[in-house]
Amino acid sequence: MATMTPETLVYKRPLAFTDTPTHYCPGCTHGTAHRLVAEVLDEMNLVGRTIGVAPVGCAVFAYNYFQTDFVEAPHGRAPAMATGIKRCLPDRIVFTYQGDGDLASIGTGEIIHAAARGENITVIFINNANFGMTGGQMAPTTLPGQKTTSSPNGRDVELQGYPIRVAEMLATLDGAGYIVRRSLHNPTNIRKAKKAIRTAFETQVRGLGFSLVELLSTCPSNWNLTPVESLTWLEEHMLPYYPLGDFKVAPSITAAKI
Amino acid sequence: MPAKGWIEVNDLYCKGCESCIAACPPQVMSLNKERLTSKGYHPAQVFKDGCTGCAICAIVCPDAAITVYREVTKSAAQLASAGG
Amino acid sequence: MARELWEGNQAIAEAAVRIGLEAYFGYPITPQNEILEWLSRRMPELGRAFVQAEAELGAINMVYGAACTGARVMTSSSSPGISLMQEGLSYIAGTEIPTVLVNVMRGGPGLGNIAPSQGDYNQICKGGGHGDYHPIVLAPASVQEAVDLLPLAFDLAEKYRTIACLLLDGSIGQMMEPVELPPMREVKRREFPWATTGASGRQRHVLTSIYLEPNDEEQTNIRLLKRWQEVQEKEIRYKEYYLEDAEVIVVGFGTAGRVALSAVRAAREQGIKVGLFRPVTVAPYPYARVAELASQAKTLLVVEMNSGQMLEDVRLAVNGRTPIEFYGRMGGVVPFPDEILAEIQRVARETPEMVDDPVKVWLQRMEAVVKK
Repeated sequence: MATMTPETLVYKRPLAFTDTPTHYCPGCTHGTAHRLVAEVLDEMNLVGRTIGVAPVGCAVFAYNYFQTDFVEAPHGRAPAMATGIKRCLPDRIVFTYQGDGDLASIGTGEIIHAAARGENITVIFINNANFGMTGGQMAPTTLPGQKTTSSPNGRDVELQGYPIRVAEMLATLDGAGYIVRRSLHNPTNIRKAKKAIRTAFETQVRGLGFSLVELLSTCPSNWNLTPVESLTWLEEHMLPYYPLGDFKVAPSITAAKI
Repeated sequence: MPAKGWIEVNDLYCKGCESCIAACPPQVMSLNKERLTSKGYHPAQVFKDGCTGCAICAIVCPDAAITVYREVTKSAAQLASAGG
Repeated sequence: MARELWEGNQAIAEAAVRIGLEAYFGYPITPQNEILEWLSRRMPELGRAFVQAEAELGAINMVYGAACTGARVMTSSSSPGISLMQEGLSYIAGTEIPTVLVNVMRGGPGLGNIAPSQGDYNQICKGGGHGDYHPIVLAPASVQEAVDLLPLAFDLAEKYRTIACLLLDGSIGQMMEPVELPPMREVKRREFPWATTGASGRQRHVLTSIYLEPNDEEQTNIRLLKRWQEVQEKEIRYKEYYLEDAEVIVVGFGTAGRVALSAVRAAREQGIKVGLFRPVTVAPYPYARVAELASQAKTLLVVEMNSGQMLEDVRLAVNGRTPIEFYGRMGGVVPFPDEILAEIQRVARETPEMVDDPVKVWLQRMEAVVKK
């Protein structure tokens, strides 16, 4: 048995995490998203000057898991709170972490205007096609035909409309800097997601504008699938509707070659 | 010859979601059905030889429950100390 | 410093700047647009934070975020906008951080009109949002008084980690009066022990209003209540005019109190023994002083620009000992001194009578007069 020395260590739990086990369901990719943010904060040495804004949703207790200062926003209002913090403390790093109910339903006003104003904040947007915390109701990101607790017969586009593609929508705003969509359903995509999160925080650190990373995520509990099955469901059903890609990359960010 | 790797799964965090098991390229992981964590989950484990320390399990783990080690080969160690 | 002619809204805005306002977030709504507009020029030219938000909802949440950093922050709005801010106000109260709100009331309910009113007294004095809490509410009756009360609002908000509201109406906001503004002070960013400013070099801070465990929430509510009790004990303010031998005591706040003062002076010239009690803090309400005055007076006459909201607080204080009459105008109508003088004369002339419902009696008299 070889000795466990620093050269042999390949990966360990990020320092930016507290010791608290998360309350997320087994397999829920909230945990993965959290971990990627924590890794980036560690790598960029930002923990001491970062303030996170927690949403209302499954991630309402996100502030229990990170070693940073944190505030708790009302449902949907995180981009506005983040604006208030960043305008008062421009040299700190401010990020919001929001679900699809928080950002794409009640919070549409706040996110659009924060992006339009080009607030120099970072938004981590978790899209798992339902309102998780409250028991799996239909969300603005629920797919046509998808059964949820408030669309029991499947989302009927005639009566309940079509989903909102947030990344594409925000990318139309001149004030938006870095708007991308990634996924968390397999290792390759998780790696790409981390790179995007890194770029987003670099965008903020370098003062290059508003950044948002939309992360396609699983919700095994409310999708009524096992964690591994839900990864497949995401790939088969969500990817076609929510294409991965870079929807807005301001020239200054490209030029920065992050 | 692939590197030799090994992992530690922390009972405090592992929820037995099996994402690591599905993602492990050499398929050397399973749930330990002989034990439960204090929360009542069967924790993940490496159950046979073949771990290369690729850390894909740690990449997919939603709970950051896995620490990954990989044996540094002699030549790699020499390179590391010689290089700059 | 010399006195200059200033519009109410602009004077309030400039006063805030001079006493160290670090951040302002607002949204246009008449009759307080001038506060937003004035600060849209002043704050950026001084390098301070200013955002015109997407709506009052965004504004109050920007205030919430800024308040979490310990910055001296303010917003302003008017009736329908305050309704939108109620969610944020409740969260701010539950998070126990300081914030100043300028509330320039207009006619309502609903969209109402842009004329002056006092119809939102209950809304803000009894909380301004869901949950058990009480903002401190200061009610100036002139532009100068508004300018003088603003630094107090900030100090009280910070001292008690609560919301302090400057409550006025469209007439004070829009009128121009000679005012002495405070001298320009440097912004002093203070280090509060609870502020979220980045955890470098210390334990991390989390600011939230969630207390999932009912027992924890009850402890929070007890903490808020005890702080409120301290405010009630120490921070009550009011003004008294001609009360020494008054047999009729008029009670009114803000513009209603000011108009009533003209009527009281006119009545005194006619030899009527009348005085005015004008609460300056309407929350905490000066119950004890009103109770004292009730034992001295033959009748109290409450004058408001609403359907009898502060009247309830007066009735609570008086507790049935003394007859209370009511005179109100609503919907943006501002009473003239001669209306109130007529009321004072009537009350002074008639034998005081205990009425169950002063509002009912008043309304019957009013309807005869205001028929369109």
